[in-house]
Amino acid sequence: MSSSEFRMPSLGPDMESGTLVEWRVKPGDVVKRGDVVALVETDKGVIDVETFSSGTVTQLLVAAGAHVPVGAVLAQLQDGEERGAAPTPTAHEAAAPARVERAASAPAPAPAHHEPRSRASPAARARAHALGVDLASVQGTGPHGVVTLEDVLKHAQAAPAAATAAPASAPAPDMRRIIAKAMSRSKREIPHYYLCLTCDFTKATAWLQQHNAAAQIEDRLSPAALFIKATALAARAQNDFNGFYQDDEFAPSANVHVGMAIAMRGGRLAAPAILDADRKPLTTVMHELRDLTARARAGHMRALELSAPTITVTSLAEDGVDFIVPAIYPPQVAIVGFGSVVERPWAINGAMRAAPVVAISLAADHRVTDGRAGARFLARIRDALQSPEQL
Amino acid sequence: MNATEIEQQVLNQFLEVAPDVEPAQLQRDAPFRDQFDFDSMDTLNFAIGLHKTFNIEIPETDYRQLASLASAVAYVSAAMSRTRA
Repeated sequence: MSSSEFRMPSLGPDMESGTLVEWRVKPGDVVKRGDVVALVETDKGVIDVETFSSGTVTQLLVAAGAHVPVGAVLAQLQDGEERGAAPTPTAHEAAAPARVERAASAPAPAPAHHEPRSRASPAARARAHALGVDLASVQGTGPHGVVTLEDVLKHAQAAPAAATAAPASAPAPDMRRIIAKAMSRSKREIPHYYLCLTCDFTKATAWLQQHNAAAQIEDRLSPAALFIKATALAARAQNDFNGFYQDDEFAPSANVHVGMAIAMRGGRLAAPAILDADRKPLTTVMHELRDLTARARAGHMRALELSAPTITVTSLAEDGVDFIVPAIYPPQVAIVGFGSVVERPWAINGAMRAAPVVAISLAADHRVTDGRAGARFLARIRDALQSPEQL
Repeated sequence: MNATEIEQQVLNQFLEVAPDVEPAQLQRDAPFRDQFDFDSMDTLNFAIGLHKTFNIEIPETDYRQLASLASAVAYVSAAMSRTRA
């Protein structure tokens, strides 16, 4: 008979505490690794937290609404099949070599609409949280009884007194302070170097137009999907850009989990991961990117997605930015920025023409790699974008 | 489906994509992008929601016509009329 503890996870190097919003399990429930057992509110919104152990829940030690530090024991499990999970999985631990097998076999985050335990769409959950509506009291009219946004709004109109109740959780920490802390650490501790190249995006643009004209609307691709996949393949080929630098040592990750910087309304920022992005077809990368973006903005991400990134991609393509000089998110060692796809004069074989181009920039940790390796890394991304059909 | 029902359904789809937006804050004719930092991924999710709700085809080149509540309602109404014709 063995037991294990479920603790408040760390969802980033600068997370110190979180608020337990809701338990998804009760004593006696049998859970397996990857099951969502609780909702936790952090500066990044309300996060689904999975267990990294399997077994039977024996005791819930913290009540909903409690604000507790990272590492605090939240629940006890017994008869766990696996105890290998870190008690407080951090970004480093989620993908470090010692845990490669676990990370590789970790369940990919299912679209929130398919999550059987939540029975509510991300939009409905976010609105219910904002309005103080208890989802358990809302009759779902969606497929399989899923609570929709409309259900929540109708419920709130019908019961305005309940809807004005304050959410049970404590206020989220000030987001600017959190970002300031992370970026200050980045600039203080990481000796960045920067490289940039301009990439002819003609073939990729034509291929995207052709693909999207023929594809069902759900399968259409954006340039961001190509950026992520090309970066993931480069990280697979040069894994000294893929991993974590901690305790004066670099540990490459055997998995490529690409974090995508997503700006949320109201000034917040998150970079949840597309797990094993190098192994997924473009349409899957795109589906997951759409799902991640929607859930991030609805404040409904999963702990694993936030703690897993081994490298980050950022893009300001819609804001007319020529190129980006990004800051590495510690303890990662590289971040790749993509500027806007814009038409520029482009010379080929002595002939000038207008061509869509994109500036790709790399910020990398000089403790781990040097400029020459960085140049090769950027060239790999550029070359991959010349053959989009092979991504 | 009458015009009021179409507008309500379009609004619901918008709120599925942007659940943090208070409906009362929404200006019907102003672009979502200007009001709520709507980006291309939001627009794509909005278009997919409209496609599923109204069973209409929305080519990629038409996404710009979904820029505001008013223009999206007009687009959906026209598309549904074409479907019925």
